Amino acid sequence: MSRAAANWTGLVTIVRREMRRVLRIWPQTLLPPVITMTLYFIIFGALIGRRIGEMGGYDYMQYIAPGLIIMAVLTNSYANVSSSFFGAKFGKFIEELLVSPMPNSLILLGYVAGGVLRGTLIGALVTVVAMFFTPLTVANPLLMILVVVLTAVVFALGGFINGVYANKFDDISIVPTFVLAPLTYLGGVFYTVDLLPDIARQLSLANPILYMVNAFRYAMLGVSDVHIGVALSMTVGFLVFLFALAMWLLNKGYGLRS
Amino acid sequence: MTQALSIAGLAKTYGNGVEALRGIDLDVAEGDFFGLLGPNGAGKTTAIGIVTSLVRKTGGTVSVFGHDIDRELEAAKACIGLVPQEINFNQFEKCRDILVNQAGFYGIPRATAKERAEKYLKQLQLWDKREDISRNLSGGMKRRLMIARALVHEPRLLILDEPTAGVDIEIRRSMWEFLRRINREGTTIILTTHYLEEAETLCREIGIINHGRIVERGRTRDLLAKLQTETFELNLRTPIAQAPEVTGYTVRQLDPSTLEVDVDKSQSVTHLFSELAQHGIEVVSMRNKVNRLEELFVRMVEKGRT
Repeated sequence: MSRAAANWTGLVTIVRREMRRVLRIWPQTLLPPVITMTLYFIIFGALIGRRIGEMGGYDYMQYIAPGLIIMAVLTNSYANVSSSFFGAKFGKFIEELLVSPMPNSLILLGYVAGGVLRGTLIGALVTVVAMFFTPLTVANPLLMILVVVLTAVVFALGGFINGVYANKFDDISIVPTFVLAPLTYLGGVFYTVDLLPDIARQLSLANPILYMVNAFRYAMLGVSDVHIGVALSMTVGFLVFLFALAMWLLNKGYGLRS
Repeated sequence: MTQALSIAGLAKTYGNGVEALRGIDLDVAEGDFFGLLGPNGAGKTTAIGIVTSLVRKTGGTVSVFGHDIDRELEAAKACIGLVPQEINFNQFEKCRDILVNQAGFYGIPRATAKERAEKYLKQLQLWDKREDISRNLSGGMKRRLMIARALVHEPRLLILDEPTAGVDIEIRRSMWEFLRRINREGTTIILTTHYLEEAETLCREIGIINHGRIVERGRTRDLLAKLQTETFELNLRTPIAQAPEVTGYTVRQLDPSTLEVDVDKSQSVTHLFSELAQHGIEVVSMRNKVNRLEELFVRMVEKGRT
């Protein structure tokens, strides 16, 4: 058996285990985001949105649908990896992987793939929910898939880093509550940054989520607050930075090897 | 002879300044059944942690079947199966899934992994628990599940860190028998244990570690031969008022029907009995009171303190 074949088997095993976990605890992993997003569509879209009228040249509900879908993708990619990796660390069964011959890069890839799969699965479910409220258009399907995958990878990497640093369960809820949620709400999911005063608009450009929301909105509606090239470059930049940081932590054995 | 494990000058100083290992040298030959003994905090688990890559060394070299962990870590890890001291499997997974996944991490294709899981769950009497969630197993079953998991990729070197801690005597003995069998079949075994009876029964070679240094190393029977004195407890047919004076022997009375006698290796038990008979004392039964390895262990550990 070649090392490459063995590594592939190991990678598939991690991904399968991650997906089984997602499906086993579906009331915690799949159901809540669908309910939350349905509420967003009802409240912000159907009730409040009707009074807002148009935004960015689109019906308000149509305008926020891409933002809500990508928001579900990124929060769930993040949550999957942070909770699964920290759970493995807390229960010490991360040692099953650490003592195995799997290289660190594949351990990271396995967890990230699990996060991406959950993120995209929930993205698909939320898309189906959105179709009950508004007609969805896809201007560029390939770009849409690319943005979903890149965004999910970025946030899965973020969740992994959170899981590495976390020492207790509180530590994996602090970042989503105090960092991710504000950045998401201020990242152009519900509005175009053109509505903001100049200084607020400039500040918004420092928000990574703005680029992913707008890239996804561009792929669906063909409109964006930032140039699509800039949005994709920024997303890839975040991905490279977070991947390098995660690999550095793993190779250093931070929080894993004494 | 091929070395299953070769350690030279191994050192570990933790971030808080604690020196857990102060340059240990240790070779374990292929096929051996080796016992690593030492008091709590002596450095046993740190040494095992370094060999299995869970702890980073600060000095020295380690190679497993010739694979240096600095240069060929993955090849070295592929040779090792680890049974850690603490329960470390996912307590929400089914027993069979734990084994099949572990085999997968070692690159074993799924179909083979399932066959191996069945084989080792059966060998460790856990087959009827295969669909159970692991946290519902008893303590002894959890220990056996960890042994099965460590064997599922059929390692050449099995390392067990206190495998029978908290396990009842019946299960402990069946685990001993199992370990003896896989050792006979070719698996090299390194065991740490607090049960010195376990080490004396199982291990052909022993190393005693204390304060991060190997203080004794050799064949179990050679080490035991170093002991000069054994203590016997004698049960008497008729109670006596006080312990008799027996020339050359130290005799203590535990109760009217029981004596305790220290017998030097140069002396004979037959002579002791004839001396006692002259005092009108008849011995109906006797037992070797002190676990010999325990005595050796205590002596080595005490030597380290002085």
